[in-house]
Amino acid sequence: MTTDKSKSGLDSPRTGRIILWCVGGVCTLLALADLLYPKHVHYGFEGWFAFYGGLGFISCFFLITAARGLRKLVMRDEDYYDRDYR
Amino acid sequence: MTEIIASLPPGSILILGGLLVPLLRGRLLQVWLLALPVVSFVHLLSFPEGYLLHAHVFDYELTPIRIDRLSLVWGYIYHLAAFLTVIYSLHVRDGVQNVSGMTYVGAATAAVFAGDLITLFVFWELTAVTSVFLIWASRTERSYRAGMRYLIIQVGSGVLLLAGTVIHLQQTGSLAFGHLGPGTLGTNLIFLAFGIKCAFPLLHNWLQDAYPEATVTGTVFLSAFTTKLAVYALARGFAGTEMLIWIGATMTAFPIFYAVIENDLRRVLAYSLNNQLGFMVVGIGIGTELSLNGTAAHAFCHILYKALLFMSMGAVLYRAGTVKGSELGGLYRSMPLTAVFCMVGAASISAFPLFSGFVSKSLVITATADGHYLVAFLVLLFSSAGVVEHAGIKVPFFAFFSHDSGIRCKEAPPHMLLAMGLTAFLCVGLGMFPQPLYRILPYPVDYQPYTTTHVITQLQLLLFFALCFGLMNLTRLYPPELRSTNLDSDWIYRRALPATAHAVLRVARFFRVRAVDRLERNITRFVRGVYRAHGPEGFWARTWPTGRTVLWVAIILAAYLLIYYL
Repeated sequence: MTTDKSKSGLDSPRTGRIILWCVGGVCTLLALADLLYPKHVHYGFEGWFAFYGGLGFISCFFLITAARGLRKLVMRDEDYYDRDYR
Repeated sequence: MTEIIASLPPGSILILGGLLVPLLRGRLLQVWLLALPVVSFVHLLSFPEGYLLHAHVFDYELTPIRIDRLSLVWGYIYHLAAFLTVIYSLHVRDGVQNVSGMTYVGAATAAVFAGDLITLFVFWELTAVTSVFLIWASRTERSYRAGMRYLIIQVGSGVLLLAGTVIHLQQTGSLAFGHLGPGTLGTNLIFLAFGIKCAFPLLHNWLQDAYPEATVTGTVFLSAFTTKLAVYALARGFAGTEMLIWIGATMTAFPIFYAVIENDLRRVLAYSLNNQLGFMVVGIGIGTELSLNGTAAHAFCHILYKALLFMSMGAVLYRAGTVKGSELGGLYRSMPLTAVFCMVGAASISAFPLFSGFVSKSLVITATADGHYLVAFLVLLFSSAGVVEHAGIKVPFFAFFSHDSGIRCKEAPPHMLLAMGLTAFLCVGLGMFPQPLYRILPYPVDYQPYTTTHVITQLQLLLFFALCFGLMNLTRLYPPELRSTNLDSDWIYRRALPATAHAVLRVARFFRVRAVDRLERNITRFVRGVYRAHGPEGFWARTWPTGRTVLWVAIILAAYLLIYYL
């Protein structure tokens, strides 16, 4: 195993931004697709425009924000359990 | 001979064959290990559906073998998972791991086909005892301690199962392992035993504690069998128990918060496993044919994609020497095929259309909506989206992309690639053609996963989530991968209880010292008193002259006469 850092390729920030733009474009198309077909849903709110998209976006924001808060509460050093508690 | 084979429970060939492993070496060992799941599968197929084997032990009727559609789903997937994991583990020369792996799979399989609670208990405990060696085989101090905790909890679960069985027998006179339902002390104890093995909330942390400490191949074995056995047991004994809907919904939601901040990617997958079990538990709680089909289908698909994810992270650990997110990144350069297989597993667990999770998870979610469990339905949607974050994006992203860590290593060995390739093929195959899976489910399936509404809404849910992840990562709102330990419910028995016990002992020691001191002082004082009275100089040790004694006797007699005359 060797180590040799590269600044180009699929893990470069530029590629990341391109992929993000693509995902954004697909998301827009998926949201617009809601206008083109009759939705068969269980609950009325599921029929709202781009409901699932909004739910996904908000879920992610909530999850990550809450997890940041959780980290403040529960994060300890890596050797926490290896240390003597006495 | 045929009768003997027919009386052997499915899985027993794996147990017996596993015990012979130490006698074999080299190619013969590899062929033997590959042949065992195949032969055992053929053995399973030799039983007709509906087959029951009864046996009388003392006055009790046992049913060591029961073949029906529910148990067969687990039987099929267990054999498939065993075969794929054996391919993945072909490089392993460690006899302990090979014996442990095979006997563990055999015990789990035999448990699934148990028709009575005693047989279930025997194989339930055997899964615990055999599997712990897959953790200890890492041969580190951490793995030893984690294995001990795992063993205590698993055996404890078995003890509860036995206690519940005995009480249930006393109350009902039956040992049959059919629908039990909670409500009596016996069935409540059995429910708790199943709940521990199924990693219910607050009973869960043995999973995240132990699995990441197992060997590269051991974690793949462990991920497939123990918890799914518990799911089967719950489906068999407690289908339609409404409490399970809320327990399951909680299980889907809370581990994903931990998964976001966890650095060890195999531990992230363990949290993810816990989350996926939640979907199955919800399906059991709803208890309809659709939801139970969903549970069985999801268990089937989950075993495959979770094994695939653990295989890919195992390959990373095998080659790069670590699975810490903080130390990885850019590995797609060195391990491109492993990266592709990992992404297939990630897409499957995220339930992307055309991947296996899509055709199984939706059965449970639809059953939840059909049952009008609105809150549970919303929690499941949130958790479905959350899966994208930790297993769908985080694991492949931080291992293979993110930033270049500079690690350059070899691609995974060919047998690992073959195992991952086959598993990935099955994940895609089941996603594209779910009908063969639907045909083996316990109840007839009248469900079409590929409707326009389902495909578009699911893609919206997943891709908008991914978009938000990308934006938060770009703006550095996403929490970075840090070397850390996150406190979970295991803190109670790893730190709080020992620290409390230590404090109590310290206080007790303090009081004991004081009490002993006081006792010593009192005894010393008493001994001194006795010594003073009876010692060589003591009052009572004096020698009294005879004349003085006679004088005292005379005085006493005179006093007596005086009193008499008065």
